[in-house]
Amino acid sequence: MELNMSKVKSICSPSHLRNFYEKFGLPRLIICLFLLGLFILAFIMKMDLTILLSASLDRIGMNGLLVLAMLPTLVTGVGLNFGLPVGFVCGLVGGVISMEYDLTGFTGLFTAMLCALPLALLTGYLYAALLERVRGQEMMVGTYVGFAVVAGMCIFWLTAPFKNPSMVWAIGGKGLRVTLTLYEHYSKILNNFLAFKLFGVNIPTGLLLFFGFFCWLAHLFFRTRTGMAMVATGANPMYAMSSGINVRRMRYISVMMSNALAALGAVVYAQSYGFLQLYTAPLYMAFPAVAAALIGGATLKKATVGHIIIGAVLFQTLLTIALPVTQTVLQGTDISEIARMIISNGMILYALTRNERG
Amino acid sequence: MNEPKIAPQTLSEKTVKLKEGKNLELILGELSVPLFFTALCLLGIIAAGLNPRFLVNEIITRLARNSFLVLSLIIPVIAGLGLNFGIVIGAMSGQAALIIITHLEIGGLPGFFLAALISVPFSLIAGYLTGLVLNRAKGREMVTGYILGFFANGVYQLIFLVLVGTLIPMSNPKMMLSSGIGLRNTMDLIAVNKALDNALLSSLRLGPFKIPWATFLAIGLLCLFTAYFTKTKLGQQMRAVGQDMHIAAVSGINVDRIRLIAIMISTVLGAWGQLIYLQNIGTFNTYNSHEQVGMFSIAAILIGGASISKATIWNALIGVLLFHTLFVVSPLAGQRILGIPQVGEYFRSFLAYGVIAVALALHAWQTKKKAASRDKE
Repeated sequence: MELNMSKVKSICSPSHLRNFYEKFGLPRLIICLFLLGLFILAFIMKMDLTILLSASLDRIGMNGLLVLAMLPTLVTGVGLNFGLPVGFVCGLVGGVISMEYDLTGFTGLFTAMLCALPLALLTGYLYAALLERVRGQEMMVGTYVGFAVVAGMCIFWLTAPFKNPSMVWAIGGKGLRVTLTLYEHYSKILNNFLAFKLFGVNIPTGLLLFFGFFCWLAHLFFRTRTGMAMVATGANPMYAMSSGINVRRMRYISVMMSNALAALGAVVYAQSYGFLQLYTAPLYMAFPAVAAALIGGATLKKATVGHIIIGAVLFQTLLTIALPVTQTVLQGTDISEIARMIISNGMILYALTRNERG
Repeated sequence: MNEPKIAPQTLSEKTVKLKEGKNLELILGELSVPLFFTALCLLGIIAAGLNPRFLVNEIITRLARNSFLVLSLIIPVIAGLGLNFGIVIGAMSGQAALIIITHLEIGGLPGFFLAALISVPFSLIAGYLTGLVLNRAKGREMVTGYILGFFANGVYQLIFLVLVGTLIPMSNPKMMLSSGIGLRNTMDLIAVNKALDNALLSSLRLGPFKIPWATFLAIGLLCLFTAYFTKTKLGQQMRAVGQDMHIAAVSGINVDRIRLIAIMISTVLGAWGQLIYLQNIGTFNTYNSHEQVGMFSIAAILIGGASISKATIWNALIGVLLFHTLFVVSPLAGQRILGIPQVGEYFRSFLAYGVIAVALALHAWQTKKKAASRDKE
């Protein structure tokens, strides 16, 4: 990097550039270059860019809310919400309930969300109470609480009294299936809402609007009294406390918000994917969301809606186009999964090791 | 484990004296986790209605298979690094060595020892790098080590799935994918299958049970080594670092170096542990055998009564015994009680995750309380 820097320095004014470099960060630079490289490769290989872009847009909207769920906890200094599966399974429960009554279309979608929300707020409260007691170890505890909840929910899926024959195992009639298809219910309903084509690229208007709407809400929220208090809590808890902010309450609110967003995100994810994936599927749901938020520029201390949007766009585009492009170039060897692992975990490591004690 | 503890110990002793009768509670508190799991195991055994002979046999196998890995967790705990989730990285180094000896077609006990030897430089380098990263994330070692495991898994896959056959010249149709790039998903270890287990007195049975004597000897040696190590100067320095990094630094200990050494030792032991584990199983999944190692080992040592700041040999051994009894028993118990075997299986992973979550939460909670009470005084 030293060499590179010195080369660049001779071209531009050094202080200006270093400032930009420090703000941008080495990993983000690498990821942007990697993404650019992939697009150039795709262009050279004469791949259909419109398909790649359409798929990327789908994925951005599909995962957007889950990434946004990272925002509240980062803002208040609780850290990365590795316990995302706690909220995610609430969303799944909502989805399953709405399916049990064979609700379709927007009714089905919103019923799922309405069922999931109170559940997410309740579990969010309990989860917040736990995190409050383990201050300093939130991330590790959160990870394993998330895992434990997913494993515990596996027992729930197996034994819960759902009756709809399209959901339970055909043989034995007991326990839910591993993947429930939403084809007849509300699969892709947001994706197809007002969808149109632009230069051959499919724009999932409803999906992006939904994500955008929540980003806008979050943006507005952080301008309200409570929102500002949350930002202050994250920036300097001692100062916040002395200026009369109930730090504890702010942390509770942030975890509950994160949990609720994760639950809504789960429903959006499922409708976009077309399936409800139960059992162990939500186990590692937190990691891509965490990585995306960090790639967008969020740190353990500071995060904005902008970071979330940039992160979701960059990371999801990368994931979407890496697979087809590398497969075309390398003929059969699939390095996209490996690239995903190295990039997302490398990003998390970078965030964890960058600022001492956060 | 009764070595002098500096500040916190005297403080808690004071409080114990202040509140008479708290002593029993303290002991019960320390033993409560293993006791709870013993009860759970007994219930499970009764519910599963297992043939005791099958159970004992199974437990002997699993004790031999897993103890070494779990014991390798102790030293970083002493050095204050918490539970070393980075043990996965040691496991990967061990597997890399196994891949090499399988390629060279060296089998039997010599092959096993060669693998152990080859794994040392790999795990030392990997451990050194792990230590460097963890030293940059003080106070967050566990979550960092955990993510590092995933990251290393990516690098491992990159090496053995993409680079082998392209950048690293290798051709071995038995081990590699038909395209000539990357290794197959499963690897047969017939050559070193049970190499260590049957190395010593393999015909000597204890009643109806076959005992892997040499493996137990290796585990015993590691126990002795760990016990001896804590008494050496380096071990004492580690303990001091584990108690309080700042005090240790003030008294002239190179904290970062000590922490590096602790992680490196643990990584080497983890690699050997994985070798022992795999020679017992006899076959391995090139790309996933190491994934669960960290979690299962950590769950085991926690069930044995260890915490993030305190772990003994007994915690490790009892933990393996209890955890793996549950492992064997719970699917069968689930089958018998509810008629669905998966319930038991999910319950088992729920326990593994849950135990880690609860242990971490309890520890963080206690540290916070202790800090609060210290602030008051």
